[in-house]
Amino acid sequence: MADITSNFLGIKSPNPFWLASAPPTDKKYNVLRAFEAGWGGVVWKTLGSQVKNVSSRYSAVDFGGQRVMGFNNIELISDRPLDINLKEIAECVRLFPDRAMIVSLMADNDKKSWHELIKKVEDTGAHGLELNFGCPHGMTERGMGAAVGQDPEIACMVVEWVMEAATIPVITKLTPNVHSVVPTGRSVVKAGTNGLSLINTIQSVTGIDLDTLVPNPYVAGKSVFGGYCGPAVKPIALKMLTTIAQDELTKKVPISGIGGISTWKDAVEFMLLGASNVQVCTAAMKHGFRIIEDLCEGLNNWMDEKGFATLDDFIGKSVPTITHWEDLDINYHHIAKINQDKCIHCGLCYIACEDTSHQSINLAYGKPYNTYTIKEEECVGCNLCQLVCPVDDCITMEEHRVAPEYLNWVEFQKRGLPLNDH
Amino acid sequence: MIKNNRLTNEQYEQNFADIHPPYENITAAKVDANRCLFCYDAPCMKSCPTSIDVPKFIKQIATENIKGSAKTIFSSNIMGAGCSKVCPVEKLCEGACVYNLLEEEPIPIAKLQRYSTEKAMENNWQLFERKPSAGKKVAIVGAGPAGLSCAHVLSREGIDVTIYEKESKGGGLMTYGIAAYKVTPQFCEEEVNYITSIGGIEIKYNRELGKDITLSQLKKEYDAVYLGIGVGVARQLDIPGEKLEGVVDAIEFIYDIRSKGYPSVPVGDKVAVIGMGMTAIDAATQAKRLGAKEVTMLYRRTEAEMPCTKHELDIAMLDGCEVIWLAAPQKIKGSAGKVKQLVCSKMKLGEPDASGRRSPVDTGETFTLDVDMVIKAAGQVPFEKLVKKSRLDNKNGKIVVNENCATNIKGVFSGGDAVNGGKEVVDAVQAGKDGAKAILKYLKIMN
Repeated sequence: MADITSNFLGIKSPNPFWLASAPPTDKKYNVLRAFEAGWGGVVWKTLGSQVKNVSSRYSAVDFGGQRVMGFNNIELISDRPLDINLKEIAECVRLFPDRAMIVSLMADNDKKSWHELIKKVEDTGAHGLELNFGCPHGMTERGMGAAVGQDPEIACMVVEWVMEAATIPVITKLTPNVHSVVPTGRSVVKAGTNGLSLINTIQSVTGIDLDTLVPNPYVAGKSVFGGYCGPAVKPIALKMLTTIAQDELTKKVPISGIGGISTWKDAVEFMLLGASNVQVCTAAMKHGFRIIEDLCEGLNNWMDEKGFATLDDFIGKSVPTITHWEDLDINYHHIAKINQDKCIHCGLCYIACEDTSHQSINLAYGKPYNTYTIKEEECVGCNLCQLVCPVDDCITMEEHRVAPEYLNWVEFQKRGLPLNDH
Repeated sequence: MIKNNRLTNEQYEQNFADIHPPYENITAAKVDANRCLFCYDAPCMKSCPTSIDVPKFIKQIATENIKGSAKTIFSSNIMGAGCSKVCPVEKLCEGACVYNLLEEEPIPIAKLQRYSTEKAMENNWQLFERKPSAGKKVAIVGAGPAGLSCAHVLSREGIDVTIYEKESKGGGLMTYGIAAYKVTPQFCEEEVNYITSIGGIEIKYNRELGKDITLSQLKKEYDAVYLGIGVGVARQLDIPGEKLEGVVDAIEFIYDIRSKGYPSVPVGDKVAVIGMGMTAIDAATQAKRLGAKEVTMLYRRTEAEMPCTKHELDIAMLDGCEVIWLAAPQKIKGSAGKVKQLVCSKMKLGEPDASGRRSPVDTGETFTLDVDMVIKAAGQVPFEKLVKKSRLDNKNGKIVVNENCATNIKGVFSGGDAVNGGKEVVDAVQAGKDGAKAILKYLKIMN
């Protein structure tokens, strides 16, 4: 069995799965249930200035018969009294000393408020702090949350205040509602943050009720932009994570990966792109805390199969494989191949290629089953047919190099080689 | 003993309840609809005699465009609602579903089709608009699937259609010849009403060709005539004892169940059913469901040659019907004019016959079954006398038509069972469409 214990900035947890700062971590009852279920740690729902929440608070995007492909919320930070939160945090730390307890913070925008809040939170015995510079709704209007994270200078200033007072590790959570997460990331690393976490939610409109014509989530005939998360945002989160993991300055601090993680596979992908651990929320909100079992077991089995003994053996391993377009090998070429024994004659590859790609699939009429074959000389190797094929391993991409040597676009141009032959 | 009223009302209700219950709600329909792969040039569509765009109508259920879904179905098959209940889909659309090739359950196409079409009927959605009158009149004989389908296409094009029907209700074999647990008489009536609600179609009931009207009369009064007269009586066994009390025709038996109600239809203690087609299955299962103690189905060939589908045979088996393969009726013995025994020849399979199936050959051995009722379901025969009297070219009573559905008499067209000798409802619907197209061409309304 692989060792999946995690050490993030010296904060230890039995596994790399933390619950992200959100409704599932806003009180002792939930957090104890999470710990009992086996979660490695929690980031307690953001504490800070006094707020009031509305109803409704969530809405979702369904896709192809599956509920909650994407999820958004307009809930603000914790609306419970600070002293109750602090008391419950202390109790959770006492009852589960082996789990990570991070507390998310969003104080009013002045040094004194931050210092006071940090002092109170550290008194609970919590192991770390996460600065909420990402909440995209409600708090931004008050100059907090994403309003801080979107401005590298303000973010830098707040982190400096925090670092003056904090004696436990500080993680700064970044907002994705920027053209690039790197400027703020660099700014807060310079200011001394010990770690980074990303992404927070993305501003969104999930949909509109076609009877009332009011978008979701519905609040008395109105709606607002909500923070988008869930499986739909994973690819965006992975991209942003990669930019932080590749930047010379930001890659110096550990990263906690967040954004649509639902399965152990998602978690592994985040870790391969540089996350030291991961935070989960939407998947738990959809299925409950019991998903932690397969997250751990799947990760463990995968590590065993791949021969990774510890998390550090694979964290960041895929980061160097994401390169610049100009560095891609133009001489690499692959061609689709349809395994006729596996083909079920659905024609999805054919119509996708015929209507929207390169007309590289041949249709031989049959009643009721047509036969589909690849026109090898036409195939550009785009993968579309393989992606739409409903049968596993029916369409494979076979390597047919144009030439054995590596050749990139820059070199290609230098040599004055001929352009597209398609 | 043959007697009626064997069961309580509750038992009848239970025995004749819908064999394939519908989806309770849209969520359930969407679970299956979302499983559909939306195949291109889909095998299901190619396997439907009316070429319903199955992937399209299923996708429309998934997007909750139920009206669009119903229109997709009805555009190809105006009896799409009835067909969703009676089609042998296991050998048509569902049998071709690509999921079969993955050894997975096919998409329940019929059940999904039922969902959309029933919604359309319940809400009386008018999905088609009749064009302004084209000033032409067409007579159709027979308000069965072929006639109704023909009438609907013609009416859409502004033709004024009059249907002459010998029964007091429309729907043809759908109404009179199919097991009650598949479609109810009430449903059939609603379906006929829904089809004719487009307007421009008048059905004259209790008007029989050859009795109340003649072909030459119709020819004179209308611009064209379509004969969708179907097939008639059950094939005679031509064996001794066929006239004994207790020997009944499967079509009549099923007709009585539909028209008189379950308690009124008498059934024996021990029933033999001759034949292994869909009608034989419908007769056997319903005899059992009416309270017969034993039902034995006899077929002169084997399971490999049977005309019904495996799915249908399974229904009979699950109902507790016995099957004896390679058995041909030789004579029916009786006493006091009533059926007592059925003597059968044991058969074996010989060389393939004209149908390509191995033909049954008498072994010379016999066996005897104690029975008090024999239901004949060895196929139906065409209305040979009527066809000949009307001077229609025919083959043993089956009307001969050319590639344009035209008979030898100018302006007279035909299709469906009357031409092919008896196929599925869905085949008759397609025949009606083809006939209508030919008539529109003949009337120069369409090219």
